[in-house]
Amino acid sequence: MSAALTRLTIAEALGRLRARDISAVELTEAHLAAMARAQALNLFITEMPDQARAAAAESDARYAAGTAGPLDGIPLAVKDLFCTEGVATTAGSHILEGFTPRYESTVTAQLRRDGAVCLGKANLDEFAMGSSTETSYFGPTVNPWRRAGAPATDLVPGGSSGGSAAAVAARAAAGATGTDTGGSIRQPAALCGVVGLKPTYGRCSRWGIVAFASSLDQAGPFARSVRDAALLLRSMAGFDPKDSTSVDRPVPDYAAALTGDVRGLKVGIPREYRVDGMAGEIERQWQQGVDWLRAAGAEPVEVSLPHTRYALPAYYIVAPAEASSNLARYDGVRYGLRVEGENLTDLYEQTRAAGFGAEVRRRVMIGTYVLSAGYYDAYYLKAQKVRSLIAGDFRAAFERCDVLLTPTTPGPAFPVGERQDDPVTMYMNDIFTVTVNMAGLPGLSVPAGLSDDGLPLGLQLIGRPFDEETVLRAGDVLERAAGFTALPADIAG
Amino acid sequence: MALDKATVARIGHLARIRLDDASLDTMVSELNQILTFVEALDAVPTDGVAPMTGVVDMNLRQRADVVDDGGIPDRVLANAPEERSSFFTVPKVVE
Amino acid sequence: MAQLVEGETGRWEMVIGLEVHAQVISEAKLFSGAATAFGAAPNSQVSLVDAAMPGMLPVINHTCVEQAVRTGLGLKAEIHRESVFDRKNYFYPDLPQGYQISQYKNPIVGRGEIELDLPDGSTRTVGITRLHLEQDAGKSLHDQHPTQTMIDLNRSGVALMEIVSEPDLRGPDDAAAYLRKLRSILRYLGTCDGNMEEGSMRCDVNLSMRRAGDTEFGTRTETKNVNSIRAVQQAIEYEARRQVAVLEGGGTVDQETRLWDPGKSETRSMRSKEEAHDYRYFPDPDLLPLRLSEDLIARIRESLPELPDEKKRRFMDSYGLSAYDAGVLVAERARADYFEVAVAGRDAKLVANWVITELFGALNKTGRDVTDSPVSAGQLGALVDLIADDTISGRIAKEVFAAMLETGRDASVIVEERGLRQVTDTGAIAAAIDQVLAGNADKVAEYKAGKDKLFGFFVGQVMKATQGKANPALVNQVLKERLSG
Repeated sequence: MSAALTRLTIAEALGRLRARDISAVELTEAHLAAMARAQALNLFITEMPDQARAAAAESDARYAAGTAGPLDGIPLAVKDLFCTEGVATTAGSHILEGFTPRYESTVTAQLRRDGAVCLGKANLDEFAMGSSTETSYFGPTVNPWRRAGAPATDLVPGGSSGGSAAAVAARAAAGATGTDTGGSIRQPAALCGVVGLKPTYGRCSRWGIVAFASSLDQAGPFARSVRDAALLLRSMAGFDPKDSTSVDRPVPDYAAALTGDVRGLKVGIPREYRVDGMAGEIERQWQQGVDWLRAAGAEPVEVSLPHTRYALPAYYIVAPAEASSNLARYDGVRYGLRVEGENLTDLYEQTRAAGFGAEVRRRVMIGTYVLSAGYYDAYYLKAQKVRSLIAGDFRAAFERCDVLLTPTTPGPAFPVGERQDDPVTMYMNDIFTVTVNMAGLPGLSVPAGLSDDGLPLGLQLIGRPFDEETVLRAGDVLERAAGFTALPADIAG
Repeated sequence: MALDKATVARIGHLARIRLDDASLDTMVSELNQILTFVEALDAVPTDGVAPMTGVVDMNLRQRADVVDDGGIPDRVLANAPEERSSFFTVPKVVE
Repeated sequence: MAQLVEGETGRWEMVIGLEVHAQVISEAKLFSGAATAFGAAPNSQVSLVDAAMPGMLPVINHTCVEQAVRTGLGLKAEIHRESVFDRKNYFYPDLPQGYQISQYKNPIVGRGEIELDLPDGSTRTVGITRLHLEQDAGKSLHDQHPTQTMIDLNRSGVALMEIVSEPDLRGPDDAAAYLRKLRSILRYLGTCDGNMEEGSMRCDVNLSMRRAGDTEFGTRTETKNVNSIRAVQQAIEYEARRQVAVLEGGGTVDQETRLWDPGKSETRSMRSKEEAHDYRYFPDPDLLPLRLSEDLIARIRESLPELPDEKKRRFMDSYGLSAYDAGVLVAERARADYFEVAVAGRDAKLVANWVITELFGALNKTGRDVTDSPVSAGQLGALVDLIADDTISGRIAKEVFAAMLETGRDASVIVEERGLRQVTDTGAIAAAIDQVLAGNADKVAEYKAGKDKLFGFFVGQVMKATQGKANPALVNQVLKERLSG
């Protein structure tokens, strides 16, 4: 029974909750049990079983009273980058250890408003800086998927929202929140075989989300189906007067956009994504996606995004630059870790050296350097100009097509520890996702198939600004065609 | 342009991150690796290209001049590592 | 007007530019809804945004934007239709974000000008380079605890306008005139209260020296923490002499930041604090460029009050006042308003004289402002009316005015109660004169013998006999008749 409850999609669970066929408490208990079984995966930094049970009981009361919200009783994992009132929020960093916000992020507040139940704070790369969830101060999260030939090798779930993606894949949460700065939702979604959506920049409020790179960060959902992602986004999205970059436009009923009809839809295939040395399995999966959409009546068109190869280098200037400034507030004065020093400078330097891990230190250093006197024009200004060119590429492409189809990642999940010593190789994980952040567009990763050694692979759909509906509609068709039903061995067994 | 140890030490101080000698050496090589990577941008002609200034194309929204916040010293100070009479404190700064 | 410094080897000219930080008058802070009021309990006017809690975001206060535009228009400056907020990055415990949100490359206001009123009544134009909006920092208290610095974030995030002048000032008097005029304009506009004691107007002095007649600029220093007009003058004098001594001693002036020590009346180097400052400005990604509509600018332009320069010209043109009198009256809007009420339908020069010499003189003595004057503008006007219609003499009027200041009562009441009405009855005056002449027969004889100077003596005696109430013109006239008889 309990395993069956954790296999339900959100849409299915809502149906049964509304029918009073199952209770919210049962549903939450089933997921808490799954969380307990999945301890070895290190999915959560802070588990919230008591709060979850209490919230679920309230949901049941609302169902009984007929006042249930659109997500009432749905148990979710929340990336530990979202500030949650009265619950420790760490951003995966030692420097925020012990910090308990007295405020709730707008996105999680909206999910609670709609009745969602928070199971806990999911693990992540420290300050969302990473592509493997290995830079977390609280240890790496392990992907529930294992290679067919090497079941003993722990694989990364991707990152930075690795805990969220893995929790959904491990059926320890019905859905999850994540944030995506360069691919941090879509890449782990692909590596964990779940759906991940990065909405248009400005669609979800950034208020109360620990900032990494302000012009790139965007919150979005993880789920096990495109429809579930649509349901979650409807609650997460919306105008917030507390965020100057939040856009004031109505939130559509995204699930209503899933018509299954893509006839005549022009699907752009960007030729520059066919990178040198692309793995055969990735290329095959991509072609398969094109064929599926064509079979459904869509019209593939080749398009060009000429500045694609410059997106990642530009990202590794813009994101660290913003991060170096965003992370200046972690100074041991008002909250978080403080290492006492002989004087103020000593206190700052010791606190930040002890509080930040290696990857965060690296990015703060790079960001500080590229903004420093004499280098701003050569690096930051140049990167922002390249960003304009990248955005221009997309604008031009969307004159010829309605949505773009690309692989999500250059390969499947890799072993824990394998790429940790080589920052630049690690950065290549985001090669297909980062362009979308640079231009502020919506992007969706849908699980499409398995790699040669049995690991999930994702396909990415990219849309026009605020056209999540087309992205989701195409994603839904892709999902139906792919019929991705595989489960991680531990879960399936 | 390769970074030397002195420059990395200066950056470390600007960023207020203490780097001991060993971590300084590692940092020099890692930062140079990243800089080499990003220098790919040099190949892109950007003359006359306007830098991106806002991801969303809209006017900066403005709030009304109304006092609707503050008056919460307990919440402001709740997480302070050290607090004295409702002040945050740091080691004495000599002017 | 250039005030040259005499050195050992010749004369030197000061080249001065001022950076003024003026606190914007607004209810709430620049990017949060916390209050800006002065003197609240520590950390009680702090929002989670001001304390830079994780995930907090700035949203700009519309009134602060309008105030900056209003100030820019008042300084006859270009208003930039698009401006950008940048982050100025540095670590300091009273700067919670680790950066100040400021405007660096694209300020909201560009070039403008200020007309200085110089002591000789002439005017001179000083250029304004720019005005931008930025956040104030919190307050660090270094003297409350032996080993700790205590941080209060109440000021953190309060809106400031940084107003930068061109290096057009040539001496301490220029600088003082500039600050007075700027403060006057800000107060007219209602954009800053100009209160330097409470720190709502603060000044940094950029100064370099060059030999008289040279046209190149020398190396300048920036002196911070100069927080009164007097201190600005003193700092300039000190720093000018210091730089001349360095230059004449064969040395070079270091381009550096210095601190004004009001206790010791000297500037000293802040180099230790300045080490390796590299602010790493970049556009704040939490904000978008600020675009101003033509409508907004036009609306603010239409709502501008008459500013001191226009008012001064009008006072000179329509009231026939001297440049000096007009300048004194318009320096503060409340003073000008007072004058305009008092002058209505009256002799402008007489009223100006009463307002400037008698009223302002009396208020200055007691350190009061015209808004606290015990004598209202209407009351002062009524007093002037009593002089004009010969009810009282000018001399008696001063006595009446003193009583008005003390009691706040109307002049006419005081005149009646004390029987100060001027004697204009020729018969009564003649009687008093006859009495005086009878009692001083010897002096009358001397006068008639040609000692003309005694005429004044007789006038004095008559005035004394009438307790000063006799109309002086009538006394003169009748006395002359009697003495020539």
